Amino acid sequence: MGTVLTVTSGKGGVGKTTSTAALGAALALGGQRVAVVDFDVGLRNLDLVLGAERRVVFDFINVVQGQAKLSQALIRDKRLENLYLLPASQTRDKDALTDDGVAFVIDSLREDFDWVICDSPAGIERGALLAMRHADVAIVVTNPEVSSVRDSDRIVGLLDARTLAAERGQTVEKHILITRYDPARAARGEMLSVEDVLEILSLPLIGIVPESPAVLRASNVGSPITLADPQSASAKAYMDAARRLRGDTVQMTVPTGKRGFFGNLFGRAA
Amino acid sequence: MFNFFKSKTSAPVARDRLKILLAHERAYLNKPDLIAVLREEILAVIRKHVPVDPDKVRVTAERDAKVSTLTVDIEIPMDLPTAAAA
Repeated sequence: MGTVLTVTSGKGGVGKTTSTAALGAALALGGQRVAVVDFDVGLRNLDLVLGAERRVVFDFINVVQGQAKLSQALIRDKRLENLYLLPASQTRDKDALTDDGVAFVIDSLREDFDWVICDSPAGIERGALLAMRHADVAIVVTNPEVSSVRDSDRIVGLLDARTLAAERGQTVEKHILITRYDPARAARGEMLSVEDVLEILSLPLIGIVPESPAVLRASNVGSPITLADPQSASAKAYMDAARRLRGDTVQMTVPTGKRGFFGNLFGRAA
Repeated sequence: MFNFFKSKTSAPVARDRLKILLAHERAYLNKPDLIAVLREEILAVIRKHVPVDPDKVRVTAERDAKVSTLTVDIEIPMDLPTAAAA
């Protein structure tokens, strides 16, 4: 039985889809069988970040409505044979995702995969609630700024109330993933520090991903950062987070940004 | 030096990918799902002659700038007497 991991945040644009792709690839690189599921019906983007957008035939809603088998809708990654994508529908309404349909798909994936990673849409509406409903583990993606932290807190409340685990009197294992962290601005006191974020949300930290042009480059070319640029600090942060998810103890790297402008510029070519 | 940088930039890749994707999405949005229609009609033709197990059908697509390909891979059992009927 695999683990269902929901990547969520409340706020949009904080890096849920990037993180889903990066963690999915990192786990698959470690030999795990991984299915990443896009819950953003009508505004899918996980296919684009994974570079599979031209190969989508069937989607989540086709499976829920019986027009396709789950195995027919899953797209295998061209680079990692252990990584599969279940795309969201781009044309349908999110109401087409029924509770029973989602339960069937997630339960089936759980049988076949070590990890089922649910990429949540932004917001706290139906799509986000469905994405978290079956979670065993949740990663709350948070940027070190006030509105993101506030929304994360709201999502944490929902994870404790509106999930199957909560209804059974259990708790979803929750982790904070800080993304778009800018060490220089944090050092100047212009950005909430890691300690601030963790103190406010009082949850364990699973990784700190520095803001980096490498992340943008990776999504431009349709490859998870952990595959596109594995030596980048961002990719290393995701690789470490994936190991922590598997239960390894890995020392936390706090991005320092010691290399200045020129270090970053020329470090790239190496 | 600038050529070196140019060849390393990823934005043109992003632009090309988006152009192809959006051309397809604009063409097919709010229209019946062409792939689903083609699949059902192709299967209906085959079913006239041989029984088809829905689990043994694999549909793949590859969308490109000028042409898209749809591959429908159907496993047809050979040990069925009906197979020779046509």
